Amino acid sequence: MSKARMSPLRSGFVHLALAGYTVIALFPVVLTIFNSFKDKNAIFRTPLALPTAETFSLVGYTTVLKQGDFFGYFQNSLIVTVVSIFFALLFGAMAAFALSEYRFRGNMLMGLYLAIGIMIPIRLGTVAILQGMVAAGLVNTLTALILVYTAQGLPLAIFILSEFMRTVSDDLKNAGRIDGLSEYAIFFRLVLPLVRPAMATVAVFTMIPIWNDLWFPLILAPGEATKTVTLGSQVFIGQFVTNWNAVLAALSLAILPVLVLYIIFSRQLIRGITAGAVK
Amino acid sequence: MCSIGTKGICDKEKAHPVGSLHLKSIRKAFGTHEVLKGIDLEVKDGEFVIFVGPSGCGKSTLLRVIAGLEDASSGSVQIDGEEMISTPPAKRGIAMVFQSYALYPHLTVKDNMGLGLKQMGAPKAEVEAKVGKASAMLSLEPYLARRPAELSGGQRQRVAIGRAIVREPKLFLFDEPLSNLDAALRVNTRLEIARLHRSLKATMIYVTHDQVEAMTLADKIVVLNAGQIEQIGSPMELYNRPANTFVAGFIGSPQMNFVEAGRLGDDEAKTIGIRPEHITLSRESGDWTGKVIHVEHLGADTILYLETDVTGLLTVRLFGEHRYAVDDVVYATPDRARLHRFGADDRVIA
Ligand SMILES: Nc1ncnc2c1ncn2[C@@H]1O[C@H](COP(=O)(O)OP(=O)(O)OP(=O)(O)O)[C@@H](O)[C@H]1O
Ligand SMILES: [Mg+2]
Repeated sequence: MSKARMSPLRSGFVHLALAGYTVIALFPVVLTIFNSFKDKNAIFRTPLALPTAETFSLVGYTTVLKQGDFFGYFQNSLIVTVVSIFFALLFGAMAAFALSEYRFRGNMLMGLYLAIGIMIPIRLGTVAILQGMVAAGLVNTLTALILVYTAQGLPLAIFILSEFMRTVSDDLKNAGRIDGLSEYAIFFRLVLPLVRPAMATVAVFTMIPIWNDLWFPLILAPGEATKTVTLGSQVFIGQFVTNWNAVLAALSLAILPVLVLYIIFSRQLIRGITAGAVK
Repeated sequence: MCSIGTKGICDKEKAHPVGSLHLKSIRKAFGTHEVLKGIDLEVKDGEFVIFVGPSGCGKSTLLRVIAGLEDASSGSVQIDGEEMISTPPAKRGIAMVFQSYALYPHLTVKDNMGLGLKQMGAPKAEVEAKVGKASAMLSLEPYLARRPAELSGGQRQRVAIGRAIVREPKLFLFDEPLSNLDAALRVNTRLEIARLHRSLKATMIYVTHDQVEAMTLADKIVVLNAGQIEQIGSPMELYNRPANTFVAGFIGSPQMNFVEAGRLGDDEAKTIGIRPEHITLSRESGDWTGKVIHVEHLGADTILYLETDVTGLLTVRLFGEHRYAVDDVVYATPDRARLHRFGADDRVIA
């Protein structure tokens, strides 16, 4: 198949637009990182300048690392995010498989019910969730956060994955059944590998809100041992004084793990987003 | 003779298992939509049976019911005299070849073919031997280490057929296995399947849209229409003695001409069927006078469409090349001995 050639002019405009978008998207990130390496005066006097020999300072990072158990916070965030993604994907994929593969009474209704969570924010249930966690003795545990985030991630996971699973050929699954694969084997060995791009897409969309969330850590797990990075960084933002060096350093550090996870998923993600569009 | 010591040799000589199939009043409904309306069918050991019928008439559904991939709403499926209705597909002793090949994309050709046996718990050496034999049969040896994505369509379908052979099923089920292949490959693969049936002597059930496939491969053709069996018979029986207008119109290409019986002076029948190849043409004289409205030159055949005074539109098939042109006036004469007469209920009148 020969690809349609784009005129150089059009392709130039496309690249210009994409480059512009990239700059806009990266600007705040780059600015945060640059300023995290400057001293306080330089941050306010020349916020857009690169750190120079005079303005270079690691005071933000030293403050962050001295203050509290920052590595512990990191670990907490990482555990909560990774475990929640894992469960959201696992249970989401299982529910999606059932919805797309089996005909049973109320299939449609069940699908709608499970997808409604996309439209209704889970924060509306905060009071009930807190009461539940208190009753279950889960306050100030990472388990509480993992449970909530798994629930929060499920609707989108089920919605996207069930759409993708519908596209997996029936013949393939039937061939597996004739060859004696159990329904579990068909799910894990035939269907999951085929929807991997969709799983990566869901993983990224689930990961970012979890990593950035301040609300539930503050309410369910504000204890020192269970603080997440986002919550940990809050100590530098006071009502009257904000330690900008420390805030910027903490944010810069917090970007790193997300970046790593994103790079892991991104190859699959791009395939997931363009699936169907590019055959 | 088979003694304990010669087991290996005996295994090789053991004939491929064959099985009979017995369907009794199979019904299947999706919600309120009834797709199969009471199917009774008997397939003997080693028979090659073909299901034909228009799109959506329930051929695939029937095949899936036989395989156990779809539960029948009622009725019974017996393979080798054993009731199978609650037996899972893997335990029915069947193998199926799908139109879309349905190969496992992440497994090599060899693993694709061996998976079924492995799942049954067969020892590695046996899997290896059977895969080797099947791939030799289908000339797939050079591709054993490849994945399906690295094969052509014809090769993929051969792998799918190989996967079925390896299971040594009592019953082969094919659901339009050739319809994704181009014309030349289709002929080759058709021959391959015919050869396979001869050498394995296995019982095979085969769904197709293609008349040529049906006529050339089948011992027995089952014509389905709207979830019911219209007629069962050998290809020539269906061609020479169609039981009703549906079968008469479905088997044979180009389609049989149907003429109102009254126009031909037959008051007993309602419709008269005349196959296009059972009409002779002449420029001088004949029963019906007609004008040529279209001509198709196929080399071996010439197909003419006439508008005649008695029958209206009439398709005529002549063998060889003929120099008729549009608007020529011709005379058509049917072969009286080969007319088919159908009554008011569309059934044939003897
Ligand atoms: N899972 C299903 N749910 C509802 N209706 C179905 C389902 N599967 C098949 N049908 C219906 O059953 C009828 C028969 O389908 P089937 O696939 O058996 O037709 P077919 O004879 O194989 O047609 P084709 O020659 O086009 O493959 C069709 O009307 C179809 O819409
Ligand atoms: Mg079909």
